[in-house]
Amino acid sequence: MNYSSTSLKAPLAKFSLRAGLLACAIAATAVFTLPAHAGKKNDTLGFAYDQTPENIDPYYNNVRIGVIIAANVWDTLIYRDPVTGEYKGQLAKSWKQIDDRTLEFDLREGIKFHNGEEFDADSVVFTLNFVSDPANKARQQTVTGWIEKAEKISKYKVRIISKQPFPAAIDYLATAIAIHPAKYYKEVGPTGMNLKPIGSGPYKVVEHIPGKSLTLERNKDYFKDSPKKQPVIGKVRIRFIPDRQTQMAEVMSGGEDFIMHVPKDQADKLKSFPQLQVQSGNTMRIVFLQMNSRDGTPAPQLKDIRVRHAIAHAIDREAILKNIVGGGEIINSICTPSQVGCTSQGVKVYKYDPALAKKLLAEAGYPNGFEVDLMAYRERPQTEAMINYLSAVGIKPRLGFMQYAAMRDLARGNKTALTHQTWGSNLVNDLSASTPVYFGGGADDVSRNPEVIKLLNEGDSTVDMKKRNEVYQKALSIIADQAYAVPLWTLPVYYVASKEVNFKPYHDELVRFWEMSWK
Amino acid sequence: MLAYITKRLGLAVLVALTVSILAFMLLYLSGDPALAIAGEGARQVDIDMVRKTYGFDQPIIVQFGNWLLKVVQGDLGQSIYFKTEVGTLIFTKLQTTMLLAVYSLAFALIISVPLGVLAAIYKNSWIDRLCLGVAVVGQAMPNFFFALILIMLFSITWRMLPVSGSGTWQHFVMPSIALGYYAAPAFMRLIRAGMIEVLSADYIRTARAKGLPTSSVVFKHALRNAIVPVVALAAVQLGFLLGGSVVIETIFALDGLGYLAYQSIIQKDFPVTQVIVLLLSVIYILLTLASDVANAWLDPRIRVA
Repeated sequence: MNYSSTSLKAPLAKFSLRAGLLACAIAATAVFTLPAHAGKKNDTLGFAYDQTPENIDPYYNNVRIGVIIAANVWDTLIYRDPVTGEYKGQLAKSWKQIDDRTLEFDLREGIKFHNGEEFDADSVVFTLNFVSDPANKARQQTVTGWIEKAEKISKYKVRIISKQPFPAAIDYLATAIAIHPAKYYKEVGPTGMNLKPIGSGPYKVVEHIPGKSLTLERNKDYFKDSPKKQPVIGKVRIRFIPDRQTQMAEVMSGGEDFIMHVPKDQADKLKSFPQLQVQSGNTMRIVFLQMNSRDGTPAPQLKDIRVRHAIAHAIDREAILKNIVGGGEIINSICTPSQVGCTSQGVKVYKYDPALAKKLLAEAGYPNGFEVDLMAYRERPQTEAMINYLSAVGIKPRLGFMQYAAMRDLARGNKTALTHQTWGSNLVNDLSASTPVYFGGGADDVSRNPEVIKLLNEGDSTVDMKKRNEVYQKALSIIADQAYAVPLWTLPVYYVASKEVNFKPYHDELVRFWEMSWK
Repeated sequence: MLAYITKRLGLAVLVALTVSILAFMLLYLSGDPALAIAGEGARQVDIDMVRKTYGFDQPIIVQFGNWLLKVVQGDLGQSIYFKTEVGTLIFTKLQTTMLLAVYSLAFALIISVPLGVLAAIYKNSWIDRLCLGVAVVGQAMPNFFFALILIMLFSITWRMLPVSGSGTWQHFVMPSIALGYYAAPAFMRLIRAGMIEVLSADYIRTARAKGLPTSSVVFKHALRNAIVPVVALAAVQLGFLLGGSVVIETIFALDGLGYLAYQSIIQKDFPVTQVIVLLLSVIYILLTLASDVANAWLDPRIRVA
């Protein structure tokens, strides 16, 4: 039996009306009590980033945001000018080379950490000896592993002794090696340092909610002689937002003021928002196509130098850079151009010449090309562009796109043919942090040329700059002559910020809050 | 009845065990875990250290056995990334996720009950079709897409609600709507069907004949009876909403279990991923078991099956 519906309409209408009014009231309350925004009005820079550092202590994370926080909260002994590349004293007044393995530092006096603890030789000695001790498991042994010990000479004089002659030491001391307050660090260790970080830098941490946010406040007592400028913006709130779309929505709605690593196509779209500015900057991350010519390579064709030359000639780097990468610069050696020891002088350059590529392939006995695996883990549009160029000369690449760890596993197991590699050098501005990783005879070296290995080893342990540059140049030109890899370009990074913010991008992807201000 | 419960319980345990094996195997899906944890800049010594520290050098079956034994004893292990106890970490995030699940469930019920009732009363009219349309859209649209539409309208165009975060109740409005809308259609269909059946029952005719007001007939007499199966469904949906929060929490940067799951996957923090997968599965298994047992208790015919 059916129930008559008409008689029910009136009370139901009343019911929906009540519900509607309630919904409106809830919405109205929401409008008037929005949580406090970042921005110029509140002197708070809202910065959203996608990764969370596992620990704020600079020695116990390996993510970019960790490096950014480290540079703003801590100081290093030496400062590297991002524009001129010149090294200046920061916590150290001056330094000199005592012998092949020893550096001596005169420290500045009167500097205080955020908790009031005084900076002196003890801070340097304790920090360096702690983080270089393998038992303390610092996250990146590359950064600290070269240190044998630090010694106190007097209250404001220390010596740092390396295990072997280590010319890159100055750069590590200028970037990755932050100095902690000895007494505090001894007491709380890396775990305590994460919960309540204490440094001597231009910003101090006022709140850290792991995995969620970090709030910094201007250090009003920041020492006047620092080569870093005095901070201007009152507060910086870093929030960890994993989703890129959400980050963009935040800057569009004014919830955050600054984001980075925005993909090119999205950044182009954000340019049309009147309240936003979009800037691109270069980075230290280089891109290259690695060719496995080791014994037992799954693609024996790559052992023939003519095939490697053909591949180098087949790819139109300029066109891909202009149309797909959209920033960055072409490289001709497998190293970051700003790195000490990196040069493309006297290094062979392969012009885009598909006809020559085809000819070389025919000479090598592959007039119809061949099938080959091409592995990649990021920047897929670039990989696909390369595949198109290789197909045009007859080589048929089979794309394998995977996680970095999986790709590295395959490469180390001698199971890759062509690999689309990228390398960021952990921000170290010295060739020893890039070329030797792929050509120095280690696990990631798929060419294993004994002469290159010898030259790179020599460069890595020579303190004499002139000689060092010479051997590196020699190694780089052999790599280029042999075409063990196709050097491609450096990757650009896009920043999107509120128009109210003054900022300047640098090639090291380091966001310097202390240089930023409101318009 | 006892035999039935024992059988269901045994099945639940078997499902949980299977899930635990799958959860453990997740670790090996993307290559060597030691290499993944050590990261891009790691040298061979770093990787070897990681391998030894986490026991990756032992046979897989031994690793699984050790892990399961510890989990059963309540030792959920250490987070590789956050360096804290997995149990504590999950416990601190559980509250946000529970809140989100409850709000979403509330939202789903708030829209599905009136719509279901309306659709039943105006059966086969344009109102019924409209309600059906709302349900179809909710079921068909991916919730991350709906979330982005909400953000576009409420945060960017009208600036009424914050885009992301979990500081205030306003932060929960859009996530609850996005998650709850997906769960609503199932309730709506169940309420509509229940109401149509109940409204044609004799006791409703009696209630009308007594001269009771219309609202009293619909809400007190009819809805109360039609809503019983909804309660059982709600238990199962709650489990679904807890699990479905991974995408929504990530989009809205809500600091809950789903966001933690996402982070742990990205950071290769496998002890956390494993425990979250296991925990959510066990909750789901328990809720389903409870719903099965409750149904069997209410309806003896099920026990035989």
